[in-house]
Amino acid sequence: MSDLPPYPPLDPTTYDLIIVGTGVSESILAASASSSGSSVLHLDPNPFYGSHSASLSLPDLTSFLHSNSLPPPPSHEGPSDFLSVDLVNRSLYSSVEITTFESSILDEHHSRKFNVDLCGPRVLFCADESINLMLKSGSNNYVEFKSVDASFVGDSKGELRSVPDSRGAIFKDKSLTLKEKNLLMKFFKLVQAHLAVGSDEAGVEIKEEDMESPFVEFLEKMCLPPKIKSIILYGIAMLDYDQDNVETCGDLLKTRDGIARLALYITSIGRFSNALGALIYPIYGQGELPQAFCRRAAVKGCIYVLRMPITALLLDKETGGYKGVRLATGQEIFSQKLILDPCITVGSESMPSLTDQQKETVRVLVPKAISCKGRIARGICIVRGSVKADVSNALVVYPPKSLFPEQLAAIRVLQLGSGLAVCPADMHVLYLSTVCDNDDQGKAALLSAMSTLIRPQVPESLQSESAAENDTAEAKPVVLWRALYVQELIKGEFGGSISSTSSPDGNLNYNEIVESAVKLYVQLMGSEELFKEETSPENTTEEENDGGADIEA
Amino acid sequence: MHGRPRKAYKPEEEAASAAKAVKLRSLQSQFMSNHHHKIYTKEAIDLSTKLLEINPEAYTAWNYRKLAVEDTLSRTESNPDLVKSILDEELKVVESALRQNFKSYGAWHHRKWVLSKSHSSVGNELRLLDKFQTLDSRNFHAWNYRRFVVELTNRSKQDELKYTEDMICKDFSNYSAWHNRSVLLSSLLARKADGFTPNEKIPEEYKLVHDAIFTDEDDQSGWFYHLWLLDQTVNVETPLLTSSWPPHGSRINLSGAGCLKKLTTFCSESGSFPLVLYFDKAVVGVSSSTVRIDSELKGNDDLVWEPVSNKNAQVSCVWVARVKYMSSEPCVPKEYTVKVRIGNSPGIVSSRGCNFSAPYELVFTAHVHDTVQEVPQEAIVSWMDGFDIWDAQSEDLNNLVNLDQSNTQMDSKWRQETIAEEIDLFRELSDSKIGKLTLARLLMAKAMISENGVKGVHYEEILELYNDLMALDSSHYHYYKDEHSVALLRKVTSSNESLSGHLFRYRDLNNSVCLRLNNLSLSRIASVEKFLFVQMLDLSHNELHSTEGLEAMQLLSCLNLSHNRIRSFSALDSLRHLKQLRVLDVSHNHIGEHTVDTTRYLCSSPLSNSEWTQDEAGRQVPSLVTKYWDAYFVLRDLNLKQLDVAGNVIAGDEFSSFVRQVVPQLVWLDGQKLGS
Repeated sequence: MSDLPPYPPLDPTTYDLIIVGTGVSESILAASASSSGSSVLHLDPNPFYGSHSASLSLPDLTSFLHSNSLPPPPSHEGPSDFLSVDLVNRSLYSSVEITTFESSILDEHHSRKFNVDLCGPRVLFCADESINLMLKSGSNNYVEFKSVDASFVGDSKGELRSVPDSRGAIFKDKSLTLKEKNLLMKFFKLVQAHLAVGSDEAGVEIKEEDMESPFVEFLEKMCLPPKIKSIILYGIAMLDYDQDNVETCGDLLKTRDGIARLALYITSIGRFSNALGALIYPIYGQGELPQAFCRRAAVKGCIYVLRMPITALLLDKETGGYKGVRLATGQEIFSQKLILDPCITVGSESMPSLTDQQKETVRVLVPKAISCKGRIARGICIVRGSVKADVSNALVVYPPKSLFPEQLAAIRVLQLGSGLAVCPADMHVLYLSTVCDNDDQGKAALLSAMSTLIRPQVPESLQSESAAENDTAEAKPVVLWRALYVQELIKGEFGGSISSTSSPDGNLNYNEIVESAVKLYVQLMGSEELFKEETSPENTTEEENDGGADIEA
Repeated sequence: MHGRPRKAYKPEEEAASAAKAVKLRSLQSQFMSNHHHKIYTKEAIDLSTKLLEINPEAYTAWNYRKLAVEDTLSRTESNPDLVKSILDEELKVVESALRQNFKSYGAWHHRKWVLSKSHSSVGNELRLLDKFQTLDSRNFHAWNYRRFVVELTNRSKQDELKYTEDMICKDFSNYSAWHNRSVLLSSLLARKADGFTPNEKIPEEYKLVHDAIFTDEDDQSGWFYHLWLLDQTVNVETPLLTSSWPPHGSRINLSGAGCLKKLTTFCSESGSFPLVLYFDKAVVGVSSSTVRIDSELKGNDDLVWEPVSNKNAQVSCVWVARVKYMSSEPCVPKEYTVKVRIGNSPGIVSSRGCNFSAPYELVFTAHVHDTVQEVPQEAIVSWMDGFDIWDAQSEDLNNLVNLDQSNTQMDSKWRQETIAEEIDLFRELSDSKIGKLTLARLLMAKAMISENGVKGVHYEEILELYNDLMALDSSHYHYYKDEHSVALLRKVTSSNESLSGHLFRYRDLNNSVCLRLNNLSLSRIASVEKFLFVQMLDLSHNELHSTEGLEAMQLLSCLNLSHNRIRSFSALDSLRHLKQLRVLDVSHNHIGEHTVDTTRYLCSSPLSNSEWTQDEAGRQVPSLVTKYWDAYFVLRDLNLKQLDVAGNVIAGDEFSSFVRQVVPQLVWLDGQKLGS
């Protein structure tokens, strides 16, 4: 990025909205704002779409994780009618640790076949709000999905038990006792009856006092044994923290929210006739999602410029109000409003010189005002083989305390295969994540999950001997390449003319990200609905086909 | 195709349907004219194709096509390619008709007919079925047709069994798949296919169905299969001898007309005693060749065996022959040994075609008394008092109730283990209705197949379960009540101790032994096989609707049915088989209360029956016979000395005079001695 190709100056130079960063939140905002008729300039300092939600080749991923912590190129100092405030790019990532166990993986012919997510593990529930938004905006035309074939709950012994998430799955399950099957199905029926309230079918509402009680207590009240409780809490409701431990639990879930999470799961199953279970994943990686919204935005007139960092904010000298930004090329571009990627901040050295009014304008970009709500440790492993025979795309959840006694939060692992065009044919990509308080704790948890699932690479000299052994030994996959990093969680904020978006969160789906983007849009535009007038003919036919998410069976 | 709501038609849809009807009517009239004129040209056949495409239910069109095919084939028999193309065309028409309506009987039947002409294309059929069955996995037409095709292709039953398993795994609420599974297993078990022995296979099947039942206990399909499995566990196909009178090893006293004194004494004016065989299933073929009698009692070489069945069928659980012990010349008073060999030659076959395979020999001694001890008193039997506790002579009783061939015949170990496991398991589900019912059935099954000594243990629990069910589920109250009665009677007969608690001596009748099952709120009679020896029976103050089952009690001479819920004489029909019955009390029932008696419609109309006009009463009082025809048919065949009908709506002067006509030998009617 140091040798930027010479860009012609942008024209026009004034927009309703400038958005910097092409992550999922920013792309949704770009698409919705341009469809409502606003003129939008969408910039990204990187040479690819997606920012922190991108899917990249292994070298690009490596350089992104490192380069992001570099300061942006110095801004052009020239004569200006405005007060310019320098911007600083801070990295979301820390403790980045990348290890290559088999160098051939970085060979040219291999590395192009990788589309590795920065924000993994991540999937979509068929009934997700993000799917609804895609259908509504028409961006579903640009993405295809495939089902995640199975989900499992793992333990420290390396055992993977499939999550009995439906009537048929409970029937087929071999590890549950008959009594447990009975209790679990009864519980599902209870939830379904609760959800049916208000529809045609007869529903039975769960009592209000129960809805307000902690979900874990409600599960106990339903006489569910610990094994099933853990499946529901971490394998279906996808909770992070140990719900049994009120002290360490960062987030004790209420029954109301627990039921809502189960409802999402239940309604996801069977929403699309060609999707097997509740979860789907976009072919070519999660990076396809922001791209799809960007394409939609472009169709609606949004202007895109990649490899274009912004170096400074331009404020009115008199009022201190926002006027525009200065691009890395030195050009000054003006807009009513500005939305920035969460890692763009106002450099601390420029702060003391600002007036109170100016400070108020850039409020959301001041680092100390950025609220940190925790960290998320992520891991990526490229492996040869699969964590479970005959299964390519699978989710594995390790509930709290399942791997080691001090394990505070659930660890989620998503294995994806070449069927999703994310890696070469004989390999799988494994994404791991867990929420943590500090980097070491998070990385230790991920390494523990890795060692349960994956065999370490054997030194080349011993390889031939162990090869024979491998056939008889447990068929664990072999790690070829590994990345470990800890990502900061930053909550976006509305700040009048300048707002910031959220970083990718620690959840499995995009629901919270979409929710905050929608909220921000409403605050920015004063409008209630996104993609309100979207009723283009292609859209309606698409929905009638029920192939909204174009899922391949 | 299940669970899809039906939508009201929109106006444009209605218009389209009207247009379709017009087109259909014109097609139909053209078609009918072709049919009547036996026109089988290509155009005519195409017309029927068009008709069937619109309406696959047009049965006449299918039949017309059959005629057309026959007609064409008769002319082109020699060319196999042409024959094939004609039949293939038919299959195509059926397929498109099925696309239109998957449940068209005519189309499925036509397909079967085509295949029966030539099976060359039978390989395609399973592929087609797989497609259909993915669309609608429990459509019984498709499953039915599947069985037909499988027969033709000789596809192995094991493969089909696997197919049902796959279908069940896809969705276990599939009655058709479970049903087909039971059909296939029955056949595999019956022909003892490799690896298909009941003691291995049945427990495996229990495991499969447990997953279905415990996953969703509200889904009925699994419960149906479980019930079938339970039946396979408890019952064997081959008919078995359950009991007899006289029982094996017993010593009976026979005398002329006289008294009932000891439990083992039988008196008869006719000088013969009934030999009763009670099988666990209805059988045919009991005759002097299949049952051989070996004794010195004269004149019994060619015994006539009669089925004792209400339905006048030749199939019955109970068979009786009358063995003479006093023929024209009084026989010498002495002891005779009688050997009865049942199944002496093959021929006793259950209604399902299974042979009585294990010959059984019962031996008893008959002590014949030469003299008539006393002139029988024609005293009234009051039922009210004069009953003494029976001083249990348990040897006598042991003698009388000890045959149970069924236990010795079955390889009962795995059955007992299986049932015991099921009971433990289903206690978990016993808070639901079906769970309670299944538990009660399992406990009953356990009681049936366990050793005599422990039988009594579970009845209390069974009775408790049925009581709960009656309270919980009033719409099936009568079913539970009947099952409760059955369990109660099983409990009574479960041991000699409990049975003797119901045995009394009746002083007024020479201390005859009376079985009193009064005041038990019985709604149904069961365990009759244990009561074959009973000559005096008190069933008063129960809730009986019918006497069905009592026909087996061939020795019965006094019967009290007062204070029950009998609604008509038709309900007493089974009593006609009781040749010894002299005293009958049906007072305080509901006879005559209901003007429309639905059971009448089950009987042949008396007006079409010329029989009755020929006998005495029929000639004397035809109007009364017409009015009381149901009473007439029962009473006419009985040889009653005492009858009580008071307390019924039907009772009255008119009915009394009718009774005296029909039963001239009657001595007591409603407690009044009749003048001779």
